Amino acid sequence: MDIKVDLVQDSIGQLCPMPIALLAKNIRKLAPGQVIEIRADDEGAHADIPAWCEQTGNEFLGEEPGEGFFRYYVRKAG
Amino acid sequence: MAENKATIVVFSGDMDKVFAAFIIATGCAAAGMDTTLFFTFWGLNAIKKGEPIKAKSLLGKMMGIMNRGGIERLNPSRFSFGGIGRILFNKMMRDKKVASLPELRQTAIDLGVHLLACKMSMDVLEITRDDLIPEVEDIVGVATFVKEAANSKIQLFI
Repeated sequence: MDIKVDLVQDSIGQLCPMPIALLAKNIRKLAPGQVIEIRADDEGAHADIPAWCEQTGNEFLGEEPGEGFFRYYVRKAG
Repeated sequence: MAENKATIVVFSGDMDKVFAAFIIATGCAAAGMDTTLFFTFWGLNAIKKGEPIKAKSLLGKMMGIMNRGGIERLNPSRFSFGGIGRILFNKMMRDKKVASLPELRQTAIDLGVHLLACKMSMDVLEITRDDLIPEVEDIVGVATFVKEAANSKIQLFI
């Protein structure tokens, strides 16, 4: 995925609810329009990260597979 | 009118139920909801410091001994086996890298979850403010819960 990433969150090995809790903390560090990449191998993240985006109004840009984990991209709402 | 709030009563002091309460509270706070946990009766064990309480009456002292310890000493609601269950569950959760209860509680606090304690059950169990962790924001009664819950989108009793 050709996206400029401003912050990378390593949630590999973490289980619910830590990836989302960490994402909520990290998104505060970004300016509106900036993008965070979350690396996670918890299967629940597939549903949870888009659901969190829907709830908070941030934009879910998509996911792509890495080696043994997934990358998720979220753009902070303006 | 419902605001973007979540209000959860933590009545149970069972390890597994307290887990559920903190996971849901963390999720609500992460989603930007103003989240409040009301701890009452056995749930108070989840916000006790863990040192022996300074009860005055004989029954209060006995209760303090039976009910000793803080969040690390909570037993699961099933397969407790007189305290062995707690050790086994903690090991299983550590092996699977699930956050521990103290870590989850700290995460909830970091995300701004409000911790409130019920005055009446503190009186019954002879628990004082000094027996609770300093992050507990206030000691309250049922009217405070009703006010919060009436304005919340999510209300749970655990």
